[in-house]
Amino acid sequence: MTDEPATSEPPLEVVAEPARPAPPAEAADIPLLRIEAVVKQFGGFRAVDRLSLDIRAGEFFALLGPSGCGKTTLLRMLAGFETPDEGRILLDGWDIAPLLPHERPVNMMFQNYALFPHLSVRDNIAFGLKCAGMPAADIRTRVAEMIALVKLEGLERRKPDQLSGGQKQRVALARALARRPRILLLDEPLAALDKKLRESTQAELMALQRRLGTTFIIVTHDQDEAMTMADRIGVMDRGRLEQVATPRQLYEAPASRWIAEFVGDINLFEGEVASREAGRLVIATRDAGSIVVAAPLQPINKDVVAVAIRPEKVKLSRRGPASDDADHAHAINRLEGVVTDVGYLGGLTTYKVKLDSGAELRSSMANTARIDIDAYSPTHRVVAWFTPDDCLVLEQ
Amino acid sequence: MSARRIFAGPARLAAIAPCLWMVLFFLVPFGFVLKISLSQTAVAQPPYLPVFDFTQGLAAIKAAFAVLSLDNYRLLVSDNLYILSCLRSLVVAAVSTAILLLIGYPVAYAMARLPQRWQGIAMMLVIVPFWTSFLIRIYAWINILQHDGLLNQVLLALHIVSAPVVWLSTDSAMYLGIVYSYLPFMILPLYASLAKMDPALSEAASDLGASPQQTFWLVTFPLSLPGVVAGALLCFIPILGEFVIPDLLAGSDSMMIGQTLWLEFFTNKDWPVASAVAVVLLVLLVAPLALYDRLQRRQLEAAR
Repeated sequence: MTDEPATSEPPLEVVAEPARPAPPAEAADIPLLRIEAVVKQFGGFRAVDRLSLDIRAGEFFALLGPSGCGKTTLLRMLAGFETPDEGRILLDGWDIAPLLPHERPVNMMFQNYALFPHLSVRDNIAFGLKCAGMPAADIRTRVAEMIALVKLEGLERRKPDQLSGGQKQRVALARALARRPRILLLDEPLAALDKKLRESTQAELMALQRRLGTTFIIVTHDQDEAMTMADRIGVMDRGRLEQVATPRQLYEAPASRWIAEFVGDINLFEGEVASREAGRLVIATRDAGSIVVAAPLQPINKDVVAVAIRPEKVKLSRRGPASDDADHAHAINRLEGVVTDVGYLGGLTTYKVKLDSGAELRSSMANTARIDIDAYSPTHRVVAWFTPDDCLVLEQ
Repeated sequence: MSARRIFAGPARLAAIAPCLWMVLFFLVPFGFVLKISLSQTAVAQPPYLPVFDFTQGLAAIKAAFAVLSLDNYRLLVSDNLYILSCLRSLVVAAVSTAILLLIGYPVAYAMARLPQRWQGIAMMLVIVPFWTSFLIRIYAWINILQHDGLLNQVLLALHIVSAPVVWLSTDSAMYLGIVYSYLPFMILPLYASLAKMDPALSEAASDLGASPQQTFWLVTFPLSLPGVVAGALLCFIPILGEFVIPDLLAGSDSMMIGQTLWLEFFTNKDWPVASAVAVVLLVLLVAPLALYDRLQRRQLEAAR
């Protein structure tokens, strides 16, 4: 446990680990957590389907997916509440699948916190330390440290039902971190908080994770939450990992059409590759005419593809880009249409444009000026334009 | 504030009904019993003196009041029989409650952990004995336990015993009958408190390093305490005054307070002493009843 933050007190022997031989020689290359072809079946339903994933030490990793995609099942297998039917879960190169939950150096923050209602804040936080047989004096120091960490001073004697939602969340966090786990698992940790509190708590969780250096694995169905907090995101669907990437990669270079549509808003136009030239593809779309796109790094094998453009990459103007404008020089793609819908969201405004071809195109633009005399209203005729680099080509 | 709103208007009328019921069917009869317990036996109809006669005027009533005395209570204290039967009742109630808890807790715990659709069936199985008259079920036990009853036949057939064992008219038979009869009253409140417990709590405990035993003693059991106390009181209180089971299954060498009461009333025809015993029994029950009431109220508040 060398990656623990340095402390004055002796390290806590949290788990009675069996005597082990020295780790294999290539230990340095071994990720903190390796999930190998794990399968979990409930009856005839495959909740997790041959899933493999490596998680590095100190990482803030998010498992993102719609409900029922298996992300919680995967988390529960890491905690030990479910046993994989197939595959291995390696922590530091050692298979932890046979270990019971109370034998694992991993702690979990539960979705509804699961605070012990009969114990005070202090006793909730001390619970795991007492189970580990830590001396009372050390427990007192560690609990005080944890209470300071999550800023709960003065509430030590309160029972959970005397706390607000945000305070309960902090107690749950402190309780799970008190044992200095190798990995902290967080199951929808912010779902029960209101929006304002959720945002400030996101920032606090990130700061805390950076300070402690503990590996965090968070399960969430909220993509904004995952995008904001995580170093890497694993997107799950039907028990499989669809893509593992940084938030930016996930958004700007989704691996599939499903991910492109799942993460954020996107315009999709199906079509066929009409011509290939140096660095460019021309796609003849069914609904939006020809669209010129930058050729992706991986060669496109299929002829039928989808062109995807994020709404904020689509600019609107009355006349289209001025040809002498350097910024607009690449803006080869122009689509004309009529504004049908305007959604003012404060920081940005979203527009729906009905193209002359009949298809719908969404655009969103930042409201950079307080007074915008050029704002578009429904029935306005506009030119929507975007560069080939802003387009994605997705197979399937 | 909300409590006041609940008890306003027609709701207040609704609250009067149970009060009226209590006054008519508990307080007034209890007043009679209390008065009789302060009277003397007499060979008369009714078999005690004095009898208030409201037609004789105030003076006669005053005279009647003057005759009332605590003599019957003095008798209860001075005669071993009553103290012993009080003690025996307390011991039988305490021991039975302990046995019921030891049997009922694992059953309720197992029930609460059954898959949802089996829980309803298990609940039915617990309740199903109530469909037969309690008395008939006790007579069935007599049948099973008697000299040539089912139990002895089975034991003999299996060569576990060589001669029939005397089961009937023993304390074992009485405890068996009591535990059998009261088990549902122990299981149901225990099951209720265990079933509503969030399974995430025991998961959280084991996640935090608690072994299954630690999880049980540090989380599950403390959280089921309201059910334990409710079940224990629900059994202890009626067992304390139990009459039928000890009368039918136990030996006649020692009596519970309920039997003593019956004896005074029906065999000795001593209504005043019987009434005094009844009052003492009620006083014995007040403490656990008050405890039960406080617990119920606290749970209601917690649920709010």
